[in-house]
Amino acid sequence: MKQLLTLKINGESHEVWTATHKTLLEVLREDLRLTGTKHGCELGECGTCSVLIDGDPILSCLILPVEVQGRDIQTIEGLAETGRSGANVKPHPLQTAFAEQGASQCGYCSPGMLMTAKALLDKNPNPDSQTIREALSGNLCRCTGYSKIIEAVEQAAEEMQKGAAYG
Amino acid sequence: MAEEMRGANDFQWIGKSWAQVDGLAKAKGETVYADDMFLPRMLYAKMLRSPHPHARIKSIDVSQALNRPGVVAALTGKDVPIPYGILPVSQDEEALCVEKVRMIGDPVAAVAALDEETAEAALEDIVVEYELLPSILSIEDGLKELEESELQDAQIHEYADSGNIHKQVALEFGDTEAGFAEADFSREELFYYEGNTHLPMEQHAAVAQHGADGRVTLWSSTQTPHYVHIALAKVLEMPTSQIRVIATPVGGGFGGKTDPFQHEIVVCKLAMMTGRPVKMTLTREEVFYAHRGRHPVLMWVKAGMKSDGSITALHFRNFLDGGAYGSYGVASTFYTGALQTVTYPIANYKFEAMRVFTNKAPCGPKRGHGTPQPRFALEVLLDKFAEDLGLDPAELRLRHLVPDNSLTVNHLTVTTNGLGECLRKVTEASEFKIRRIESNSGKGFGLGCGSYLSGAGLPIYWNKMPHSGVQIKIDRGGGVTVFCGSTDIGQGSNSVLAGIVAEELGIHLNNVIVVTADTDLTPVDLGSYSSRVTLMTGNAAIDAARPLREKILTAAAEVLKIPTEKLILRNGKVTTKNGAGEAVSFEDAVQWAEAKFGTLGSVGSYTPPRRGGKFKGAGVGPSPNYSYSACVAEVTCDPETGLYKVDKLWLAHDIGQAINEKLVIGQVEGSAYMGLSEAMMEEQVYRTGKSGSSGGIGPAGLHKIPSMLDYKSLTSLDMPEVETILVETHDPEGPYGAKEAGQGPLLPIMPAIANAIYNAVGVRIDEVPITPEKIFQGLQDLKKGKSGRIGPKTFPQIKFPEPIHVAPPE
Repeated sequence: MKQLLTLKINGESHEVWTATHKTLLEVLREDLRLTGTKHGCELGECGTCSVLIDGDPILSCLILPVEVQGRDIQTIEGLAETGRSGANVKPHPLQTAFAEQGASQCGYCSPGMLMTAKALLDKNPNPDSQTIREALSGNLCRCTGYSKIIEAVEQAAEEMQKGAAYG
Repeated sequence: MAEEMRGANDFQWIGKSWAQVDGLAKAKGETVYADDMFLPRMLYAKMLRSPHPHARIKSIDVSQALNRPGVVAALTGKDVPIPYGILPVSQDEEALCVEKVRMIGDPVAAVAALDEETAEAALEDIVVEYELLPSILSIEDGLKELEESELQDAQIHEYADSGNIHKQVALEFGDTEAGFAEADFSREELFYYEGNTHLPMEQHAAVAQHGADGRVTLWSSTQTPHYVHIALAKVLEMPTSQIRVIATPVGGGFGGKTDPFQHEIVVCKLAMMTGRPVKMTLTREEVFYAHRGRHPVLMWVKAGMKSDGSITALHFRNFLDGGAYGSYGVASTFYTGALQTVTYPIANYKFEAMRVFTNKAPCGPKRGHGTPQPRFALEVLLDKFAEDLGLDPAELRLRHLVPDNSLTVNHLTVTTNGLGECLRKVTEASEFKIRRIESNSGKGFGLGCGSYLSGAGLPIYWNKMPHSGVQIKIDRGGGVTVFCGSTDIGQGSNSVLAGIVAEELGIHLNNVIVVTADTDLTPVDLGSYSSRVTLMTGNAAIDAARPLREKILTAAAEVLKIPTEKLILRNGKVTTKNGAGEAVSFEDAVQWAEAKFGTLGSVGSYTPPRRGGKFKGAGVGPSPNYSYSACVAEVTCDPETGLYKVDKLWLAHDIGQAINEKLVIGQVEGSAYMGLSEAMMEEQVYRTGKSGSSGGIGPAGLHKIPSMLDYKSLTSLDMPEVETILVETHDPEGPYGAKEAGQGPLLPIMPAIANAIYNAVGVRIDEVPITPEKIFQGLQDLKKGKSGRIGPKTFPQIKFPEPIHVAPPE
């Protein structure tokens, strides 16, 4: 059975005619081609497909789009600052920090990791490393051993604090 | 990063830290992995897999599936019957099984449909009739001699050395009997290392297209596009010139995407049948069955030692549980024996191994390939010897190091050895010597070491051609494009390639574009396996860049009327070495060079030096150089329950020369993580089907835990601090002196944990993984006044063939 869904993704409204049983992950990737969101298990085990719903990290493989109509969905494609023209003009401090710290090796877990980290920093702008570890503990990474990821989140938090102070 | 002021001898990029050239794209979600590809009219494919561990296929009927609306094509083994395999000696795989299935999960048919859901549903329409065969599920079963009458049903592959013994090896270097006679002490020990898998975050995926020109293009998440290219040509019966393989960015490999895979062949064949692009992405469960991970290995070791700690003789014997196919298994088997002598000097050495076929997912190369298992055994053994001798474990190792520029007893050349410095630095940083002795019950310190090759000295198929090729073109604006078959799997090989070319041409990284892993565009590089890329691609990149640098400087010298030898390329400019005169931009110099020499381009190659002995099996082990690592682990273990946590790892690695320091540290930390995760919890285990046994009830040969929830791996909360220490030995074979970093640092972790647990609570766990349950059993054993050792107690008594006797080098 198909249904017309209206989804608000990264501040833009999308109308999608799709099967009602498809997960948000599938609709994002297959119907909307927002392939920045990855999948590692499609069973809610690895955290790779994390997106933000009203600012909270949610596993998009475990949620049906019909449940999140009218809510604010944010994916990795919407993480960078968007200029008035609609172009991404500036990476989010988390993205810059991930690149600079080597927090992405293969990069496959990065989108989910970044969205989870964003949710954390939005609520707690100055977390200690244990808090970061706790927040990211549902996102698996096989490359880095996590330490560069933790350092990148710390760096981003610092940058964002500075930005808030001076900006 | 901007390095404006520096002496002429300094590097602009080498040894510094710079961000991965594709790092920001990954962080922005822009990187296109194989499953992110959507082509017009694309079909989705799925494979039907065997529910039986070992069975004859009596019939397959796909007609019902073809009748389902939305299904476009179906395929069975008869459509792609040509066997293939990564090693020329084990061409034992089929894209879809033809006559029999050899494991649960072996694919027998495939369907392409308009969408993935229809393809999956159509699998249920396929009718397969099987005749069940006896299944072989353990090393012991695999070693059983088979009567002539049993062979037809119970033998997994006819080409096995005997019965289900895929490969047997027996080599003796020097005279081990004489060596044991010289020893003051000797020990005989048994060890077991459970299998585990790579668990890459990205599930394998591939997309194929058959163009109007008749050519097939495959995009795949593979570490070895060149070998996939060769396998496709064989199975599809097409010349390689009609096939293009593009390795998409690999979302985690660790050795798990190094074989040619069934789904890669199936999508190509389906694309050819339908004239439409076809994609297949494995489910996570399927990834567990694709496997090629760490072999379970049962080991017996006898070692003789003098009272000064020198090893007079080592006899190492092991059995590898290979699973259902050859994969890299023959190489894995040799690797369980090859590097013992590179780590420490061993005067006389006997190595015997057997790899058995079993009806389980095939094992192959996982990070460390065949060496973590023996390394675990030998490092724990050395810990026991140190105790016998009343020596500090680091002191025992430091007394006997393999000298630089020496030949081991099995004819491997060691150019430089940084193990001594690694040991000194890691024990100093951790205060190992004192804290190990002073630590209270429950707190423990353990040491482990290892060595690893920077690339296999021989290619997988016999040829005399280079192992890595690099091509460079320069445009008139000074943009430099570097083409190479090497494959970035997250280790940063694209960044290394760009950094080396930027260094040689004295330009900014932003002016270097890398085009890699595309068989139409890039010269052959053998792929991302055996820790070969930095050394081999790096040397090829230098070889390609230097002639271009000479051309640019020659042209500039002519225009500037300054002798070439007085000019250098640095920071995007041509300047005089002493800084006199006005600098000229790289762009201008490039245009002068093009005017003088014509279109600018060059190629470079790297072929490793021909080394190693002349005996059968001498091809596995030689490498241009070897990295060394040492690790100290600090643990806290509850002496009542056996629950433990790892407080810290100190890990020193002999990198030769870091090309990009930050990326090297990333590789060391990643190795520490992966090693620790398998030391503590990872197990690729199967149901045995025997009620009441460890496997419990349920179909035999079924993976017990094929999910990321049940297959445990360390999370961000479990991972301790890792203090990385880099040691630079400036090896003459490596680019700027570099060695590998991706695999070696994993090796010391598992034994360091086992030795730390012993130091903490007095329990010897001679097995991996080292679980709290096993420690608890050991503690109970200790309380009963017994040894507290947990590990294998019996070893199959199998007669090995008479070893090939090899005299030590002169």
